[in-house]
Amino acid sequence: MSAGATVARVEADTDQEPGAAEAESGMRLAAEARDRVHFEEDALALADQVYRVARHLAGSREEAEDLVQETYARAFRSWRSFTPGTNLRAWLLRILTNLNIDRGRRSQRAPQMQALEANDYFLYDRLAESGDGVSDEDRVVERLSQDDIVSALSEVPHDFRDVIVLVDIGDFSYQDAANILDIPIGTVMSRLHRGRRILKRELAESAAQEG
Amino acid sequence: MMDPCAHCEEMMQPYLDRILTEAERHEAEAHLAECDSCRRRYKFEESLRVYVRRAGDTAMPPELKQKLAALRIPLN
Repeated sequence: MSAGATVARVEADTDQEPGAAEAESGMRLAAEARDRVHFEEDALALADQVYRVARHLAGSREEAEDLVQETYARAFRSWRSFTPGTNLRAWLLRILTNLNIDRGRRSQRAPQMQALEANDYFLYDRLAESGDGVSDEDRVVERLSQDDIVSALSEVPHDFRDVIVLVDIGDFSYQDAANILDIPIGTVMSRLHRGRRILKRELAESAAQEG
Repeated sequence: MMDPCAHCEEMMQPYLDRILTEAERHEAEAHLAECDSCRRRYKFEESLRVYVRRAGDTAMPPELKQKLAALRIPLN
């Protein structure tokens, strides 16, 4: 059977006028282009939030900028694999955390165990006792500067820092953080628990150094 | 029976994460209502969370936004 005969038969089967298939494919392409533009616009609208998380996941500002650019380049190429109606911010962060791990982060290895202070309040106790007896909680926390927090956070090992950054800074749910990092939700909770304590230990150390 | 302040400490992070059951939350709040020491510590931890969140407030450099927009795939 010749190619012409095949076309004729297909057209007869689908009961379309000649040229209708072309028009339909044109409309499909236009719809796809529209979807892609929407996707790109939605993704770009989230760039500030993505950068905010990236800034604390990555070691430096330059690294964060590179990561965000690479993330968006990859997202724009593979936009078809995003399911509309699901969490685009989490989808972008998943690309970003994977890229970050690919860059030589050893995030998949079990984090090293470190001795931790026995209770969750030692930072408060440390700061409260170093003060002038004033125990107004808002004042106590003010003994820490934003710089103290940023530098203490950078001292927290990656595996713990990732969950703190996603949950406490990025405002992701435990479940979203689990999906982004591809770890069980129980691991998110235990890393968060330990990570927050490590952060407080680092803060207590920097407070002690500042006297 | 467990020391009520130690029990309250155990509930602190889940309380702030809002993942306690209603019964547990009531239990924590009942203790906080009568224990000044635990109340102060909870309040401190809450302020610390806000502080950490604020530490994340870093504005994206404007030129990065332009670079990202330039990565869009042009329409044919």
